[in-house]
Amino acid sequence: MSMTMSQKILAAHAGVKEVKAGQLINAKLDLVLANDITGPVAIKEFEKAGVKDVFDKSKIALVMDHFVPNKDIKSAQQCKTCRDFVAEKGLTNFFDVGRMGIEHALLPEQGLVGAGDLVIGADSHTCTYGALGAFSTGVGSTDMCAGMMSGECWFKVPSAIKFVLKGKPSEYICGKDIILHIIGKIGVDGALYKSMEFCGDGVGYLNIDDRFTICNMAIEAGAKNGIFPVDDVTKEYMNGRFKRQAKIYEADADAAYDAVEEIDLTSLKPTVSFPHLPENTKTSENWGNIKIDQVVIGSCTNGHISDLRIAANILKGKKVAKGVRAIIIPATNQIYLEALREGLIETFIQSGAVVSTPTCGPCLGGYMGILAEGERAVSTTNRNFVGRMGHTSSEVYLASPYVAAASAVTGRLTSPEEVM
Amino acid sequence: MKVKGRVFKYGSDVDTDVIIPARYLNTTSEKELASHCMEDIDPTFIRNVKAGDIIVAEDNFGCGSSREHAPIAIKASGVALVIANSFARIFYRNAINIGLPILECPEAVAAIKNGDTVSCDLGSGTVTDETTGKSFTAEPFPPFIQEIISDGGLIKHISKVKA
Repeated sequence: MSMTMSQKILAAHAGVKEVKAGQLINAKLDLVLANDITGPVAIKEFEKAGVKDVFDKSKIALVMDHFVPNKDIKSAQQCKTCRDFVAEKGLTNFFDVGRMGIEHALLPEQGLVGAGDLVIGADSHTCTYGALGAFSTGVGSTDMCAGMMSGECWFKVPSAIKFVLKGKPSEYICGKDIILHIIGKIGVDGALYKSMEFCGDGVGYLNIDDRFTICNMAIEAGAKNGIFPVDDVTKEYMNGRFKRQAKIYEADADAAYDAVEEIDLTSLKPTVSFPHLPENTKTSENWGNIKIDQVVIGSCTNGHISDLRIAANILKGKKVAKGVRAIIIPATNQIYLEALREGLIETFIQSGAVVSTPTCGPCLGGYMGILAEGERAVSTTNRNFVGRMGHTSSEVYLASPYVAAASAVTGRLTSPEEVM
Repeated sequence: MKVKGRVFKYGSDVDTDVIIPARYLNTTSEKELASHCMEDIDPTFIRNVKAGDIIVAEDNFGCGSSREHAPIAIKASGVALVIANSFARIFYRNAINIGLPILECPEAVAAIKNGDTVSCDLGSGTVTDETTGKSFTAEPFPPFIQEIISDGGLIKHISKVKA
């Protein structure tokens, strides 16, 4: 019996030798996650259930990141609900203002997730940790609550699509262009209920941040999870960081896939998702003249140190165009500090951008960069649905940090070659 | 469990941001969430929806965020059933977990029009468009899932089973 990489991790956590696509299993969880939006709903359910303790105080992470530092009284109340719950139950992994970061950048950085793990999180972008060779997937608050109670979750074993990444991407192409290209190719439900397994020689050319970006947006194709094989890049990232023993799984050579897609990385061009779906992708020659009002560089998708280096490299010695608001948000405090030490923050501020404390803020139209009627933003975030960043007539163009920074300089959607 | 109501029909990829915009996610109050349900796709929805009404949509309903606030807002608005060609994965699980009845039935979706009166027997999966008299059969959920839904969600179901 042959299995995909995702199926092997599920089988191991269900305590069985093998699983088949479509099979229902109950599996043990290594980490259960929620944030300041989904956490309070899960806590409400937990209290309804009348259970006293969580299954393991060290295997639950609550990250305050969506609306913190709190934007209003109600969001402050939600964080207080989480804070009180953490104190009452004695949870050890609580991340609040000062220890903060966007959950999907923070948990890998803190060594709380790693290769071979099975993770559920009440946030759809929980699929990010597949970059480290983990099976991780987003769930709702009730599943998260049940996970906190029992340390287990039931899964329908997914089938998979294999993406063979080939060759070295050219200059100014990064993980974001790759995943937007793939979503444009297969659609927003192209991998519905399935695993997206990435492999091929192209993987070796992708740094860990590129891989986080690619797995992060697997959900934007409807996938249950995205996953990369574990190589030296992964091991180097986890080394001295991951707090548990990494377990390395590989897909069987004869594993069955629903489809195999070959992606030639050498031919990819800067790719942008036009409003209002991530699948509406266009490459640079087809962008036309799109004037913009705002640029956002950050989020769980592209708020990593590599993304900030890319943006700083483009903005260095240049100015943000008049009439454009450029908002840069390092994903964690650690990334903020690194960017500060490397001089990136100074570059951003001198170029006329603003730099915010870590938050999900503008990505989901929460705060810290909301769009008015008819305004347009180029953003390194992950969704461009109607009203996602503000007014229902505003528009979000999803792009790489190269494209976002170049667009900040010209005031219109711009390919990086034009300004470099 | 039987439901009957008027249909609100939408297209494909109705995402969780239009079902309940993130600007309202600073509360867990079901009533408050319901008051903004479908606001960014159909601002008149909440004024017109009545208890027992039915949402019908095309592909990939509920795509996007994992926010359980989306099915909670729909259920609390009075909607008794969502019928779609397909559902996004997390929304599908969330709907079952909070006790919002859902059905996948492309034939019904193709035939039913906005404003029709539709009835449904959730136990058998039979959907009837009372306006046109046409009937359709969806694959019903297995009994244990039907039980979770009729108990009002997973946590209430677990509490009942344990009691």
